[in-house]
Amino acid sequence: MTDGPQAVVIEAPLVKPKVGRENWVMRAGLAVIGVYLLVAVVFPLYTILSKSFQDSRGLFVGLDNYAEYFATPALFYSINNSLTVSVISMVITVGLAFGYAYGLTRSCIPGKGVFKAIALIPILAPSLLPAISLRYLFGAQGMIKGLLMGETIYGPIGIVIGEVFWTFPHALLIIFTALSLSDARLYEAAEALGASKLRTFFTVTLPGAKYGLISACFVVFTLVITDFGVPKVIGGGYNVLAVDIYKQVVGQRNFQMGAVVGLVLLAPALLAFVADRMIQGKQVALLSARAVPYEPKPDRRFDLAMLAFCGTVAFVIIGILAVAQFAALVKFWPYNLSLVLDSYQFDLMDGGSWGAFWNSLKMAAWTAVIGTAVIFTGAYLVEKSKGFEHGRGLIQLMCMIPLAVPGIVLGLAYIFFFNAVGNPLGFIYHTLIILVLCTITHFYTVSHLTAATALKQMDAEFEAVSSSLKVPFYKTFVRVTVPVCIPAILDISIYLFVNAMTTVSAVIFLYSADTQLASVAVLNMDDAGDTAPAAAMGMMIVYTSATVRLLHFLLTRGIARRTQAWRKR
Amino acid sequence: METDTSAAAGEARPPYLKVENVTKKFGDFTAIKDICLEVFESEFVCFLGPSGCGKTTLLRAIAGLDIQTHGRIEQAGRDISNLPPTERDFGIVFQSYALFPNLTVFKNVAYGLENRKTAKADIAARVDELLQLVGMPDQGPKYPAQLSGGQQQRVALARALATSPGLLLLDEPLSALDAKVRVRLRHEIKELQRKLGVTTIMVTHDQEEALTMADRIVVMNEGVIDQVGTPLEIYRRPASPFVADFIGAMNFLSAVAGGDGTVRIDGVGLSAIECVCVQDEGTAVTLCLRPEDIVTRGVESGAPNAFEATVADLEFLGSFYRASLTAKGVENTRFQADFSVNLVRDLGIEAGKTLTVAFPADRIRVFADS
Repeated sequence: MTDGPQAVVIEAPLVKPKVGRENWVMRAGLAVIGVYLLVAVVFPLYTILSKSFQDSRGLFVGLDNYAEYFATPALFYSINNSLTVSVISMVITVGLAFGYAYGLTRSCIPGKGVFKAIALIPILAPSLLPAISLRYLFGAQGMIKGLLMGETIYGPIGIVIGEVFWTFPHALLIIFTALSLSDARLYEAAEALGASKLRTFFTVTLPGAKYGLISACFVVFTLVITDFGVPKVIGGGYNVLAVDIYKQVVGQRNFQMGAVVGLVLLAPALLAFVADRMIQGKQVALLSARAVPYEPKPDRRFDLAMLAFCGTVAFVIIGILAVAQFAALVKFWPYNLSLVLDSYQFDLMDGGSWGAFWNSLKMAAWTAVIGTAVIFTGAYLVEKSKGFEHGRGLIQLMCMIPLAVPGIVLGLAYIFFFNAVGNPLGFIYHTLIILVLCTITHFYTVSHLTAATALKQMDAEFEAVSSSLKVPFYKTFVRVTVPVCIPAILDISIYLFVNAMTTVSAVIFLYSADTQLASVAVLNMDDAGDTAPAAAMGMMIVYTSATVRLLHFLLTRGIARRTQAWRKR
Repeated sequence: METDTSAAAGEARPPYLKVENVTKKFGDFTAIKDICLEVFESEFVCFLGPSGCGKTTLLRAIAGLDIQTHGRIEQAGRDISNLPPTERDFGIVFQSYALFPNLTVFKNVAYGLENRKTAKADIAARVDELLQLVGMPDQGPKYPAQLSGGQQQRVALARALATSPGLLLLDEPLSALDAKVRVRLRHEIKELQRKLGVTTIMVTHDQEEALTMADRIVVMNEGVIDQVGTPLEIYRRPASPFVADFIGAMNFLSAVAGGDGTVRIDGVGLSAIECVCVQDEGTAVTLCLRPEDIVTRGVESGAPNAFEATVADLEFLGSFYRASLTAKGVENTRFQADFSVNLVRDLGIEAGKTLTVAFPADRIRVFADS
């Protein structure tokens, strides 16, 4: 190239694209989502950060609060406690989930569908529920208390058992997927090369599931360290970070120290989140399009062993739930074992009411409807809009933050932000709106990723085609994008609904007398000594979640049937 | 067929589409540089080039999907340089078809019409007409997933034409199809374009597609236009070694200019090959000649540009043979010649045989080595 034409190019004026009406709509949409995320995520987190550097009168005191925290053994011992129970629970849960998933994918045991369904039940329960069951099993008058050989259930043992129950499905789903994606040709190659079963396990199976296992470890660790329900009910005098925040805020009204503990809790959660992201970035698709799925061959001894293992795990899961249901129906454990419905008269209990249950339903429904609409539309704008690169990148980053923030920290941040003097949004404090907002935010990231994945699978040129036909993008969004993405949209809404029903940590600081929630009622009734009604309410949550899940299943199947003409490939 | 009528006639009338000094940068990367191009009404123009040459970038700039960084684009006398796609006048077909999967064939084709508040009966009539036009009557109630790839692309074409756009843009429309369907659809699209007279730009990396369909071909390489011309011009008189190499088979032989319109290859035997060579004496040049242009039947030794060559290898390619030849005494100068099956049989050509071959002067292209 000579210099001539290049010089002309440099002098040529930049073309400034005209911003059409559609672009304004798109930009306005992005701006709305951006502002929403600022208000719901960034500002509250900033407020909690700044609170941790202030004294009770709001004056800046630098690191004084942190110095006080680390000078108080009762407080900073919790770090060690939290890490201990988290790591132990992580090892046990991932080990059990791997064995269970291995049985489901690599053996010929009967009833795999039933086993998988049973393993997923704990997702439908608030984390308080297994802890309540553990009281009935191993408490002072526990049914099988002898198994503990004199040890108390109130403390690390109870926390670990409860957490393993509650986090098991999360680990199972990840590991099951990892093990399902295996290439039968690798096993055939190993067999042809004369590798023993054990060697094949260590050279083919484990490396293939490596990333799934690592990811499951991070997920379980984060869930346990941020969980508040299990240690609150069964932790006894064994302090952990999540409960410390609650005690500081609700017990001692020491908001500054609550903020400090919150940030201390944020650190490991954030670390686990970043590490998981980095490892997932390294993961490459091990399964090529030509891979042949692995089909296990019957092996009587191995199959029986796997059946015994999976059967035991499934029995324990059902057992823990059955104990909770039993406890809810028994007249007066352990002295009068006749079955009555007394425990369901929530309105007579301290800290509970049927109103709380209806509030929960209302809150979950609103969270599902509004959350799905906001999150899906937001993901669409981020994925499909043109230009505005920096803005979109920033929004995407904000969408990822909630996954790293423990619910109880988010809830505390919401107090600080929305209860602050002069916040024009203060009117939503103590209303159902703030509960819905907080819950949507708490579960934003996973929903966003589900939506983004579905949107990425759509043809990239739909928007180009519709603009060539002079059809504005929002019409194509309604007529094409949403109908095609209905399965993902339903998945997001059910995810939001079930989590809104079961969550305690994010809403524990935010409910008011008029907006009591079922999960909070479980906690409060248990606190007040009404353990049986607490179990009853906990089971009500399980049944509700299960019913909604079943409806979702039927609806999805119906839609799949009705649309199979155009969905089949 | 020697001269292209539409292009020749086009010179007199104003161009329908005018691209002036268009440059598109993605960050630091310049995808197309200073492109100038004119497309005339009812013309079928192909952008041809290897992947990454900028042909799709240019198409998307014309559509307004990725607006150029610098430069001006004019369509039907209107400056459309900075307009969003909705304010331009074009229909587009993509390699992926981009049919809406949840809408029937009918609804897909009617998609752009429904937005214009056309009466329902008129829409139905227009859709039927279009489906008839692309050879798919009665397929309206089906969903895209129930159609073959070729049928889907026809629907995409009907959808793009539904609103009677002034410009039809085709972005590698045939690349996703089977070889046989591709050849048939190639013909059909060309027929349709001729019948409707819609100005059409197609992007392709397939030279055969470009040669058979286009009125004019725009050969692009590394973000610039190498040559614009009719298929015959591009094939016969490539403007650069790149074009010569990219389209069809070509022999490249190192030579030295004689300064008098001749070149020498390696000094021996092949001195003074007559051709059009405007380079100064002694300049290193490359001589280009297509294998099918090399003649041997009826060539006497001593005829212009004739010399002896030995058949090193003979490859059977079905309808013809491709022979690898070396000039006698210049073993390292190897070139290929295509001989018909008849010729090989009549002259008894086989490996090891020595023939008298000639390079026809009017078929030789010479490029100075840069």
